[in-house]
Amino acid sequence: MYRYDEFDARFVAERVAQFRYQVERRLSGELTEDKFKPLRLLNGLYLQLHAYMLRVAVPYGTLASRQLRKLAHIARKYDKGFGHFTTRTNIQYNWIKLVDVPDILAELAEVEMHCIQTSGNCIRNVTADQFAGATPDEIEDPRPLAEIIRQWSSLHPEFVFLARKFKIAVGATPEDRAALQYHDMAVEIVRDGEGRVGYKVTAGGGMGRTPYLAQVMSDFVAREDILAYLEAVLRVYNQDSRRDNIHKQRIKILVNAIGVEEMRARVAREFEEIKRMGTLQLPAQELDRIAAYFAPPAFEALPDAMPTGDLDFENWKRTNVHPHRAPGYAIATISLKAIGQVPGDASAGQMEALADLMDEYAIPEIRVSHEQNLVLPHVRQKDLPAIFARLQDLDLATPNSGLITDIIACPGLDYCDLANARSIPVAQAIAKRFAGLERQHDIGELKIKISGCINACGHHHAGHIGILGVDKKGVEYYQLLLGGSGAEDAAIGQIMGPGFGEHEIADAVERVVNFYLKERSPGERFLDTYRRIGMEPFKNIAYQEQMNAAYNG
Amino acid sequence: MPLITVDGLKPDPFVTLADDAALPEESGAIVSLARFRKDREALLSRNAPIGVRLKAEESPEQLGEDVHRLSVVALEFPKFRDGRAFSWARQLRTRLGFAGEVRAVGDFLYDQIAHQRRVGFDAWEITEGFSETQFRRALGEITNVYQPSADGRKTIRDLRVSSPT
Amino acid sequence: MAPASPKVLTANRLQTGEVLYWKAGGWIADLRQADLFGEPAAAEAALAQAQAFVAANQVVTPYLFEVRRTGDGLAPVKEREIIRSLGPSVRPDTGKQAPPMHKHHV
Repeated sequence: MYRYDEFDARFVAERVAQFRYQVERRLSGELTEDKFKPLRLLNGLYLQLHAYMLRVAVPYGTLASRQLRKLAHIARKYDKGFGHFTTRTNIQYNWIKLVDVPDILAELAEVEMHCIQTSGNCIRNVTADQFAGATPDEIEDPRPLAEIIRQWSSLHPEFVFLARKFKIAVGATPEDRAALQYHDMAVEIVRDGEGRVGYKVTAGGGMGRTPYLAQVMSDFVAREDILAYLEAVLRVYNQDSRRDNIHKQRIKILVNAIGVEEMRARVAREFEEIKRMGTLQLPAQELDRIAAYFAPPAFEALPDAMPTGDLDFENWKRTNVHPHRAPGYAIATISLKAIGQVPGDASAGQMEALADLMDEYAIPEIRVSHEQNLVLPHVRQKDLPAIFARLQDLDLATPNSGLITDIIACPGLDYCDLANARSIPVAQAIAKRFAGLERQHDIGELKIKISGCINACGHHHAGHIGILGVDKKGVEYYQLLLGGSGAEDAAIGQIMGPGFGEHEIADAVERVVNFYLKERSPGERFLDTYRRIGMEPFKNIAYQEQMNAAYNG
Repeated sequence: MPLITVDGLKPDPFVTLADDAALPEESGAIVSLARFRKDREALLSRNAPIGVRLKAEESPEQLGEDVHRLSVVALEFPKFRDGRAFSWARQLRTRLGFAGEVRAVGDFLYDQIAHQRRVGFDAWEITEGFSETQFRRALGEITNVYQPSADGRKTIRDLRVSSPT
Repeated sequence: MAPASPKVLTANRLQTGEVLYWKAGGWIADLRQADLFGEPAAAEAALAQAQAFVAANQVVTPYLFEVRRTGDGLAPVKEREIIRSLGPSVRPDTGKQAPPMHKHHV
């Protein structure tokens, strides 16, 4: 994985000092809250319901064991012994004191980590496929480009005060595990007709109040031009985006207001100029130099020989173990979705034990997925039973990757100042409802995603079943959405109708799922059935109880 | 309002004129784009330097070729959160090749000065009491930069290539 | 028209983010001990007084919220304030609800 050189280390150390000075000025009153707020957000620091929340960047979701140990240490020393992995593949702590933040940043810098641009109206943490570098179906590892984008976007002087946040993802496989089409901008590594590797760039996707899927800006950008192209898109956005209505300031609104053709034309003009200047051209040797950091570990020559075991192990293997590019190796998903637990949370003890396990089994890195799980990307197949046993002891062996209980949920009103309703208890109730593994397998792939407000950190638009928490006069209600997808078949979920109460929502989901089981054709996933038969029959079933109540009432 | 430039604090040789204010006889004047359009001939034929103050939604391209007859382009930050002027400054320097003064005016923070410098600003209208020490500190908080901008600084990538390691 | 609900004044401590409640011209951690304002004028007066603590960089964003009387004291009307007064509903081991409860006075 990437290692800081003297320049990166100095940059991050100076950024720590810079933030320390900003905190000093806030505490002394030189900076008012109004002025400090955008500055602290640029360093991932929020004031939430109970305390400050600090969001630490995990660039393209990759962590080394020493970094995971440091995250555990920070959880213990400065927080309440746990952290929360997010849909942006970051980790956030919920109980942070403002006065501790400069010291926390200094500790993070010791292991080449930071909180730069994990919030605020700037280019956010760059995400990538959690199976990058390990999956057999990728053109090349997307992370070298993601790292190049990370460096280019770090304190980019032109783009630190954008109209709104700007999220970039990089993908390299036909199967999209990074929700590319929901990003403000995404780069897909592709080959052209002659087999040359280059980049397809899309822009204008996003969730939130007005969800849009991204549109293609360019089908093929040459490798050396990619930063020039990305800078061109950002410049058009910074210059031309509205600034008069916070709900209409994402790039998705600009692209859809002026039309994709006009957007492409404006980008092309900037792109030609930036390219001509030459300073942002990316020489092949620079790409190679960065790519060398991401060279896969030296795989041992092993036969493909997947171990077998008891039913528990076989169940785990079925959903949580995935094919690897190297013979004798596998990718293993560590579920942070034990039934009844907080989706995405991990305790300091779990993080430390995982770091030990990585070292013991020579697994050089661990990944955070946007689905709020962890991934061991390079596991010897023969080690899987022992690793599984260790994960069982840690309550990290739930065999539910991709199943209905593998639920994405934002922190919601339990923690978040922006939330309208709680997300986590809804996720817990639904997971408990479907806890039986046989039933989960019968249901098959079904992605439930829950957000506690319209900002959509829980990706509810992209859920096969999405749930959006709303506030009605201080009481929580939940809207159901059906038919969304964040994968290569991306789609925006449609809102079913009026919301359900806190104690009705799990029942409504269950009625919808049971109806799917009854109606599905052989081999159909929930999403396929929905696409075939549409909202209406699901809606009738979901509201059946209310209608019965009204009829009997 | 005090002025600081890359050379330090200095008296402002320009007056910023309201749209209905009379032109001074001799000193430099900064006017709005609207006034510049209205009184273009008179302003350009004066025997004193002229500047234009652009609002955040006004692209410097609207000045056309006249930009090269200006001594100052002042770019307005209506709120410090509005970062459009960062791109306008960059455009002035790199697309339009403007060699005069690019001045930051309006609501901006100490913490934005280094970014402003990078994209091409070289003068700042500051609040009373802001010192040159603070100004130098603001510019020096981060030594090296990752991306090229209008300041021509070597980037970290350039430094890596020339670094012996 | 129903009489307006009584109100409590709250803020977060600048240095720590901790949830605070107004009592007798200062701040405490426990909602149950907080001053209860039945009269809008008194609530607004306290809010005005609280601005001094903002100016002194001790608290941020003070505001009033509605409470109702329950069998054993006070409960906020809105879920958000219930959660602020106790802690996350999903982690009863954390926040103000976590035993033992300490009371801090500014």
